Amino acid sequence: MRSLNRKLLRDIWHIKGQALAIAAVIACGVAIVTMTFGAMKSLQQTRDAYYEQYRFADIFSQLKRAPLRVARQVAEMPGIAAVDARVTHYAALDIPGLGRPAAALLVSLPDAGEPKLNKIALRSGRLPRQGRDELVMSENMAAALGYGPGRTLSVVLGGHKRVFTVAGVALSPEFVYVLAPGQIMPDDKAFGILWLNRSLMEGAYDMNGAFNDISVRLAPKASEPQVIQRLDNILSRFGGTAAYGRGDQTSHAFISQELDQLRTIAFVIPPIFLAVAAFLIHMVLSRLIETERESIGLLKSFGYSNWEVGWHYLKLTLIIAALGIAIGSGAGIWLGRWMTELYREYFRFPFLSYQLDRGVFAASFFISLTAGVAGTWSAAMRAVRLAPAVAMQPPAPAVYRRSFIDRMGLDRHVSVTTQMILRHITRWPLRAFLTSAGVAMSVMLLVSLFFFFDAIDKMVDNFYFKANRQDVVISLVEQRGDRAQFEISRLPGIRVAEPVLEVPARISHGHLVQRLGITGLAQGSNLRAFYDSAGRSFTLPQNGILISDKLADLLGARLGDSVEVEILEGARRQTLVPVSAIATENIGLSAYMDKRALAALTGQPGSLTSVQALVDSAAQGELLRRLKAFPAIATMSTRAQAIASMRDMMARSMTIVIDFYIALGAIIAFGVVYNAARISLSERARELASLRVIGFTSAEVGYILLGELALLVLVALPAGCGLGYGLAWFMSRAMDTKLFRVPFVVTPSTLGIAMSIALLSACLSAAIVGWRINRLDLVSVLKTRE
Amino acid sequence: MNQFPDHPAGPGVAFHVHGLTKIYRSGEIDVAALRSVNLDILDSEVLVLLGPSGSGKSTFLNILGGLDRPTAGEVLFHEHNLTRMNERQLTLYRRDHVGFVFQFYNLIPSLTARENVALVTEIAARPMKPEEALGIVGLGDRLDHFPAQLSGGEQQRVAIARAIAKRPEILLCDEPTGALDSPTGVIVLEAIERINAELGTTSVIITHNVAIAEMGSRVASFANGRIASVIVNPRRRPAHELEW
Repeated sequence: MRSLNRKLLRDIWHIKGQALAIAAVIACGVAIVTMTFGAMKSLQQTRDAYYEQYRFADIFSQLKRAPLRVARQVAEMPGIAAVDARVTHYAALDIPGLGRPAAALLVSLPDAGEPKLNKIALRSGRLPRQGRDELVMSENMAAALGYGPGRTLSVVLGGHKRVFTVAGVALSPEFVYVLAPGQIMPDDKAFGILWLNRSLMEGAYDMNGAFNDISVRLAPKASEPQVIQRLDNILSRFGGTAAYGRGDQTSHAFISQELDQLRTIAFVIPPIFLAVAAFLIHMVLSRLIETERESIGLLKSFGYSNWEVGWHYLKLTLIIAALGIAIGSGAGIWLGRWMTELYREYFRFPFLSYQLDRGVFAASFFISLTAGVAGTWSAAMRAVRLAPAVAMQPPAPAVYRRSFIDRMGLDRHVSVTTQMILRHITRWPLRAFLTSAGVAMSVMLLVSLFFFFDAIDKMVDNFYFKANRQDVVISLVEQRGDRAQFEISRLPGIRVAEPVLEVPARISHGHLVQRLGITGLAQGSNLRAFYDSAGRSFTLPQNGILISDKLADLLGARLGDSVEVEILEGARRQTLVPVSAIATENIGLSAYMDKRALAALTGQPGSLTSVQALVDSAAQGELLRRLKAFPAIATMSTRAQAIASMRDMMARSMTIVIDFYIALGAIIAFGVVYNAARISLSERARELASLRVIGFTSAEVGYILLGELALLVLVALPAGCGLGYGLAWFMSRAMDTKLFRVPFVVTPSTLGIAMSIALLSACLSAAIVGWRINRLDLVSVLKTRE
Repeated sequence: MNQFPDHPAGPGVAFHVHGLTKIYRSGEIDVAALRSVNLDILDSEVLVLLGPSGSGKSTFLNILGGLDRPTAGEVLFHEHNLTRMNERQLTLYRRDHVGFVFQFYNLIPSLTARENVALVTEIAARPMKPEEALGIVGLGDRLDHFPAQLSGGEQQRVAIARAIAKRPEILLCDEPTGALDSPTGVIVLEAIERINAELGTTSVIITHNVAIAEMGSRVASFANGRIASVIVNPRRRPAHELEW
């Protein structure tokens, strides 16, 4: 090995602490990008493979009842590759020990063979045998209840309670995300999917030779809107609610939006991390090389060329960067796999196909390397351009000027050491600025990450405390008359009960269309409040339609505009309705109307699909027991359980990533401060040792170095908070999806935590550097120039 | 002093220096380190540069070695004009012809004695082996020691071995004994003397120690950026007789 290379390796070993800190910053940048984009790509591919393998349908439609020949007729239509006609029905369940009503969507399976579309993936057990009261339970419910093959449960099938045995547990691409009617959060203990043999379903719901649910897979290049149109034409005679594509299928829409959300985070945060890392690498390496100025002069005096010297230091960078990239990509791949696995569990995909995003990986590789090389090269070339004789001299004493402190006459009030700090900062303002900027950026990252927790709290508060004031929502298995509300309101413990009617509809404004459920509320409802953009509350207007701000956005509709409402059941009535109010909401898309007006549109006045109520907590147990006896009741969700469910969902989707980012952000904060301190120490070792020699204590000397650092960190903290505030605002804008609007709120505690992490890493670095100052070898520092 | 004609260095002349001027900008003030210096340095001689600090002798040496560029004037090394060389040519000049010894040794602390020498032999045109060079300075048994494990005199001898290992035509020593005590300094000077005798290397030694001047064939005294006098030594004293 050449001596120069040997020098290189030993030099790196000598600065191993610093090299590791730099490599750690690079590693964080690379890891975060590799991890996030790898997970994104893998989830996307896993989902697509899952859909393909289990033949997830493209178009869905529900109807009242149609003979099977209609399905055959549909199969012959152009543009259709496969058709699956099923019987589905909501049914109440009796789950012993659950203590609240439970329900399921029953879905028929062919008596023999597999369904043509929306196949199920058996996770344990087997398919139901013909002629037996057996069923397959969806994994989400089975896992929540702790059920497996062999367990029994009672299902109210066609009005009669029957005991079934769980034959198997399965997943389906159609029900990745399972939501009970009328609920906005999953409640896996109380609602799931049960697959039963068709013959059982036919018997129970009078569906011999008939179906009420049809799925279609498009032929290649077929047009979805055209097929939907044709399907609607055929099925409307059979009470069909309008057919819809994957985009409006609850489960698919939910996963897509979750993936979109993750992608938004991925496109915003990791690039910022990488940029910060690149900035730091550049700053740190260029200063590191500057301290090598005398060695550079020496090598040149031997006759090494500029290129050879430059390449020597470039190799130093390349090794550190390669180490960082190796650690970063290793960790990134591992973490990406782990994260994908977490999401696989969350989404309940039956398998996982992990893919490294090579393009992104190469880009992060290239960016880190370029930043390191640029930092090294510019510094090395500055040193190399000096004549060797000049480079080997210690630099001429820097020209210091009296700082503004002196000019203001404050110099008499501060100690000489404090003056040294101030003059050093004013002499090297760029260097001071860059150090402060590095710390500020890590604070910025941390603020913008902790902001997500603030935002989630705010969302929960807005949705569950300000807007929805009911304690419980009781959903019915199917639409019922007003008598149901009357019966429920008489139950013990119910203080206030209000009927809610939810009707599937298509709302359009010009060429913009959204499909969603319109919620009908009783006039004068006390349990539902709305807020305008200024935060003022108002009640549901008597006329017209109230839409959420996101829906207004998507429809391009403003207050006073008329939107076309098409009810997607019954007579499929279409009518123009004026937008009478717009409410600010953080979750989902929604539209509200006066319940009577809405019921009139459906042609079934006086009907409801759920009841929202305030209850006496003392009587809740009795209430639940009584509710379980109502076969018409599907589920009942309490506020506490819905909040827990929402927080759990958030924790398992968004915060998995956020937690990672916070950990990496803390490493970056440490990397900046530690490197700034170590480099200052090596730049000023001679000066500090001289002070020790003339009688300064190591504490006094430490003050000069660490006092400066402390000052720069203190300036950086509020600046970082300000920048973090801005980044949080940007992120709240960037994360505006159909599913969530992240409210912009940064609490003082978020700022406090972010600053504490930066301070803590500063203190830790200071401790390490302080320890080094104590060990400064006075004589050798003064004697040798190396 | 302008007794030399303005022509390339003649036979027997290693360096022809003419009108050499160097002005440094140190901080905010201009400092004239050299003011129109003229001198010829002969092949294989040992030239001692005497003078107080700040008199310009280090600057003169650095320019001879191609470590620095003059503000005005010219330096001819045999037929090569150093002052007209570009960066790349200066690098090759240092690599192939010049060996340096510095007051503070300037060894690379992370390399052993052998490796410090190898650092130079690896890029030189016809070097001796690092072991051989270290043998010449009497360090054949300290090959694998790191600088921190060597005494000051030993470190300086490693620096000399490093300077001579390329068989340079010119050996430039800036206060080679400045950081050493007298007996150790003598050992170092003996090494320089031996190299001059055995390899015929033209040697220029900076010192402000008058005793050391006695080992030179000529002594040039610097003062205030000029050569005040050049004295030919009637009798060179061997290094081992020196004392201070």
